[in-house]
Amino acid sequence: MGHNDSSYANAPLEYQSETGRLNILGFWIFLGAEIVLFSTLFATYFVLHGRTAGGVLPAELFDMKLVLIMTFLLLVSSFTCGIAVHEMRRGSTKGVVIWTILTLLLGAGFVGFEIYEFFHYVHEGASIHTSAYWSAFFVLLGTHGLHVSIGIFWITGVLFQIKKRGLTPQTASKIFISSLYWHFLDVVWIFIFTAVYLIGLGGLL
Amino acid sequence: MHLKWDEFFVTGDPLILGAQISIALTSIAIVFVLTYFKKWKWLWKEWLTSVDHKKLGIMYILAAVIMFFRGGVDGLMMRAQLALPNNTFLDSNHYNEIFTTHGTIMILFMAMPFLIGLINVVVPLQIGARDVAFPYLNNLSFWTFMVGAMLFNISFVIGGSPSAGWTSYMPLAGNDFSPGPGQNYYLLGLQIAGIGTLMTGINFMVTILKMRTKGMTLMRMPMFTWTTLITSVIIVFAFPVLTVALALMTFDRLFGSAFFTLEAGGMPMLWANLFWIWGHPEVYIVILPAFGIFSEIFATFSRKQLFGYKAMVVSIVAISVLSFLVWVHHFFTMGNSAAVNSFFSITTMAISVPTGVKIFNWLFTMYRGRISFTSPMLWALGFIPNFVIGGVTGVMLAMAAADYQYHNTYFLVSHFHYVLIAGTVFACFAGLVFWYPKMFGYKLNERIGKWFFWVFMIGFNICFFPQYFLGLQGMPRRIYTYGPEDGWTALNFISTIGAFMMGVGFIILCYNIYYSWRHAKREVSGDSWGEGRTLDWATSSAIPPHYNFAALPEVTTPDAFHHWKQNNVDVHPEKEFKKIHMPHNSGRPLIMSAFFGLGAFGLVFEWYWIGVIGLIGVFATMILRSFEYDDGYYIPVEEVIETEKKNKEAQK
Repeated sequence: MGHNDSSYANAPLEYQSETGRLNILGFWIFLGAEIVLFSTLFATYFVLHGRTAGGVLPAELFDMKLVLIMTFLLLVSSFTCGIAVHEMRRGSTKGVVIWTILTLLLGAGFVGFEIYEFFHYVHEGASIHTSAYWSAFFVLLGTHGLHVSIGIFWITGVLFQIKKRGLTPQTASKIFISSLYWHFLDVVWIFIFTAVYLIGLGGLL
Repeated sequence: MHLKWDEFFVTGDPLILGAQISIALTSIAIVFVLTYFKKWKWLWKEWLTSVDHKKLGIMYILAAVIMFFRGGVDGLMMRAQLALPNNTFLDSNHYNEIFTTHGTIMILFMAMPFLIGLINVVVPLQIGARDVAFPYLNNLSFWTFMVGAMLFNISFVIGGSPSAGWTSYMPLAGNDFSPGPGQNYYLLGLQIAGIGTLMTGINFMVTILKMRTKGMTLMRMPMFTWTTLITSVIIVFAFPVLTVALALMTFDRLFGSAFFTLEAGGMPMLWANLFWIWGHPEVYIVILPAFGIFSEIFATFSRKQLFGYKAMVVSIVAISVLSFLVWVHHFFTMGNSAAVNSFFSITTMAISVPTGVKIFNWLFTMYRGRISFTSPMLWALGFIPNFVIGGVTGVMLAMAAADYQYHNTYFLVSHFHYVLIAGTVFACFAGLVFWYPKMFGYKLNERIGKWFFWVFMIGFNICFFPQYFLGLQGMPRRIYTYGPEDGWTALNFISTIGAFMMGVGFIILCYNIYYSWRHAKREVSGDSWGEGRTLDWATSSAIPPHYNFAALPEVTTPDAFHHWKQNNVDVHPEKEFKKIHMPHNSGRPLIMSAFFGLGAFGLVFEWYWIGVIGLIGVFATMILRSFEYDDGYYIPVEEVIETEKKNKEAQK
């Protein structure tokens, strides 16, 4: 291992060590598996769509304003996350830290609203027990929310490492990989926004 | 669930009591031996925490052989029960439990780890690498597999076995019809082992794509490496479906959701679909590496390059694509429309085309070859006709209209045993014998090995060939007994005799392992069979040194090692060796997996506080890993020179 690292001397920081390169490719493949995971959940959601067993309907509960706030928070966090990686390429540790903290705050806001939303729905009589539809709804969105929450803890850990070690090929590859994860969750949210909320509110399907 | 403490251990069945006592005695014996010979530290440092792909491979194979024993005993008990009509050896529920654990263990905890073990040992060597891309993750994969397997295996003595079949169809597997912890063991054991398998898939994809030695282009890779690559791709795309399906059923059972239930709008058929969307690619996950193993063996012992290399690669890729398009053929009779059944009928039959291409390629590899009938070659030769029988009956089953006759009978049982045993199990044995010197430095005794082959192969045919006819006579699968008036007695009795012959074959294998350990000549050359063609045989000693290759080889042709031998190229030139970078061992994956196991065990019994402790442990070990900056260590150049010199002198 470690041979011909020299030919990567001009590559971006995160690609300079062999471990970094392998980890990045491995993570891309992991994201491929994650796509399959979410696809399965979406398929389940569509199959069970409308099977509310006479209980409360999604269109009665969905609130466009709330959804738009959540979408705004998460989309902006993807933007700030991109800037953090840009700052990393510029070699600015301070920039990385600031923009990453902003990303995490936006992500935490998103999770906060989602928790509120879940509590609200349960209060209105739509829980995981209510019907197949709501089971699918809560597990699909819960899985996404859990991913965002894990991402927040993970990236917080990476921030501490940057604080301690600065930008090295190792820490850089960690930032880069966590940014891939963050953008991926944003993409999943766009599908949730369309497939769950827009279709749910529009009464399609 | 209100489980009383006295229901914790399964009681009241003499067979299970016997198992409990023997498990306890075996555990005490292992602890005693390790303590008496002061081997604990050695076990921990050299094996359990090892990130060396060769050692992990050996541990996988050892676990798989033990699981083969467990699954085999299950199989023999079923055959003992069915040998005679109105037999009372097993009651109906016990029989259900046994066919459930037999199926699950044989596929997930025997076939997969056996193949993954061989992959671990061989593939990094075949591509000329020092280890896999993620050695730490490799150790974690092993331990999550192991914890999942152990969790599933203890079910029959603690809490009770799952009994809804390895397919666990809903609503049978739901709380109403399968109360108690049994089904939870299935869900959580498979979930944890599945995580490990997914990580193995990612690991080997990156390893093969990125760690190949200089000159090893994709189209120069040995066929076993090719099948591993494609298998890894299938794993990455199939296993997340299982993860979701298992999680949804776990939610149904533990948290009262309504995915697969009969009431509240749930849909039991959704489970059947999700299960087989994973389940069918799964059978290709266990057959493609088998094809790879046979390809290596045919080429080696025919002393010829593999015939139709490119066609082989294309057909593996074609199989991998088609494997995702056939899942409905597992339930033709469960209410699909004629159009849906026709589509899946055609895709299923289409799979036999690339498979047929491979069969012909193996035959043409042997054509005009100088064949040596070693025991690995016997397994490979036995594979072809037996597997073809399984394949042809598979095409019969693929015809949806005809399937209405065959489905759920012993015809089907016989079919999938013909493909899984003649394909996967034969390949596991062939690969084990073939690469045994690579793992242990000596060959298994050939004479005893041939006895093993003949007894097992003949026993296999005596066991399963009659089952085709039992199926055609209408004997349904998964029944625990039948009456004398059914007319199935004679064939069932013959079948049971065959099953016990296979058991005898397994004992011969175990004896061979012992005998060869005591008596076999120790190999000194890396090319133990004398006919090796690929880089796995190009190591400087029989068991490759820890770093595999002192200097990474550079290849210019397929079958590079054979080419070097033909052209008298010095395989181990005294190059200017350099210090070699290697990763450290780590005990953390084992600890993390133990927390996985603890948490899952709590969930099985719905003791949620234990589940929470397990989860906290898992996250804590992950955080420790994230904050660890371990750059590995260097093997000093003096040590490399010393080792290589010793290996060279041993060969003179």
